[in-house]
Amino acid sequence: MGSSAAALPNGSRKTPRKPVLVLAAVIAALPLALTNNYTYEIAILVGLNAIVCVGLNLLIGYAGQISLGHAGFFGLGAYGSAILAARYGWPALVSIPVSLIGVALLAWAIGRPILRLKGHALAMATLGFGIIVSIVLATEDRFTGGPDGMNVPSLKIFEFAVNGEHLWYWIVGVALIGAVWLALNLIDSPRGRALRALHGSEVAAGALGIDAAAHKLSAFVISALFAAFAGALSAHYSGFITPGKASFLHSIELVTMVVFGGMASTFGAVVGAAVLTTLPQFLTLFKEYEMVLLGAVMMLTMIFMPRGLVPTLARALGPTLERALAAARAKSR
Amino acid sequence: MLLRAQNLGKHFGGVNALEAVDVAFERGAVHAVIGPNGAGKTTLLNILSGIYRPDSGSISFENQDLTGKSPHEFAAAGVSRTFQNLQVFFNMTVLENVMTGRWLHERCSLACALLRLPSLARAERACRDAAAALLDTVGLSRWADARADSLPYGALKRLEIARALAAEPRLLLLDEPAAGLNANETREIDELIRRTAARGVTVVLVEHNMKLVMEVAKHVIVLDYGRKLAEGEPRTVSRDPRVIEAYLGTEACST
Repeated sequence: MGSSAAALPNGSRKTPRKPVLVLAAVIAALPLALTNNYTYEIAILVGLNAIVCVGLNLLIGYAGQISLGHAGFFGLGAYGSAILAARYGWPALVSIPVSLIGVALLAWAIGRPILRLKGHALAMATLGFGIIVSIVLATEDRFTGGPDGMNVPSLKIFEFAVNGEHLWYWIVGVALIGAVWLALNLIDSPRGRALRALHGSEVAAGALGIDAAAHKLSAFVISALFAAFAGALSAHYSGFITPGKASFLHSIELVTMVVFGGMASTFGAVVGAAVLTTLPQFLTLFKEYEMVLLGAVMMLTMIFMPRGLVPTLARALGPTLERALAAARAKSR
Repeated sequence: MLLRAQNLGKHFGGVNALEAVDVAFERGAVHAVIGPNGAGKTTLLNILSGIYRPDSGSISFENQDLTGKSPHEFAAAGVSRTFQNLQVFFNMTVLENVMTGRWLHERCSLACALLRLPSLARAERACRDAAAALLDTVGLSRWADARADSLPYGALKRLEIARALAAEPRLLLLDEPAAGLNANETREIDELIRRTAARGVTVVLVEHNMKLVMEVAKHVIVLDYGRKLAEGEPRTVSRDPRVIEAYLGTEACST
């Protein structure tokens, strides 16, 4: 645990296996603390949001590109699979991958033109995309059931219906471990360095032969796929979806989770999702002020820890931990 | 000739930053581009690395037409560069900066990266070793695992050179590599340029430090107000009355 935390400030120089094992251990141990179905439900919600945030972090934290429309991809993944399963009777094991392929193609098609934009212009374009998606989902009621939402058939694996919070907890947990593993692998590869290079200096990256447009696009498509996958899982898990999942507010929530947890930190994204998904559940008293709370969190994060929670803690505790480890090592010698 | 550019022109608004400039760089030689501030030196380098698209003219590199290509295509053809205002990746470690420089020599598909196939681990080790060797050449080994933003200015200059060399270029463009360095550090850069050229890499440097230019350059191009004023061997150029008037003259007056 100590060594993995100490390695965080240097990015991800070490092979990503150890942090993944730590995450797996946390997910495996967590049910001890989950006492009822409601807490399981929250844990599943955390896992789904964390999958989206891990992907979104590749785009925002590593490639340095903003998206205010990722809930749109979440919604499209969810509705795509739901419509194929409910209206056309496809099994979920087929409708989910087909929905993901559709979202990937769409992300590629819209990413190509809009990723030429920078900064505020890109933010506006992705915002526009998200709004279009939520309007289409709310109005095309022949397919989507309109603003009231639609029922989604449950996930069946060879005639065995996957139901119940406990089973879904493990499915989402494994999916999250997979998402984190893929993201850490990518970041630690030459392609990950190329993405970080774009964030560091786009002009220098170009001078080293890195095709900025192609790499931004691949980060955009991968992050859209993560969002769509979480969306599809959420649809089959809850059995019911509404266009609210694709709304602008959900997009902002996701970006807030990434920024709060820590940009360019995969575990930051997971922690951000965990904190900001659970917090409102415990503050049910303030339910109506959830967005106010979110805004305040965003503002305070930007003012007091612009790096985000995990990188700030890692930087503050890293040297102490390293010193403690060095002392322990010296003693053992 | 490794690179031949003809009739290069670039204007920004009403200002002609570069006008009808021809340049030719010989394989394995050290060329220098000098001129007063605002003469168009950096503009020339930006055009020769694809960052600016010239308004007129053509660029041929190893008989390949690169006119109008983007920076990453120039890099793929074998052109690498450093920057006057540092463009270090401050979000990485020193070693990672140089490893990023090896991008063009790494075969890495998306699937291979996401699944971390065994072949990638081997390639990464080789990349790390190559980058570490380059850090050794520029004397930055002891900083390898430090964050790039913790390095002093002179070290960052050398880091940029190491990163550019990691791409194994055939043409290396250096934009004021000695600016802001002390005499000792300048001597190290001097040494580094010689060794690089000796390995067959063509070096083009934009530089204000005339001592460095006189020592390492075989051929000098003088720019003034976006036009080529003179070119030739450093000794001949430095005695050219037009050059003395435009460049050395004004500098002598101003100091």
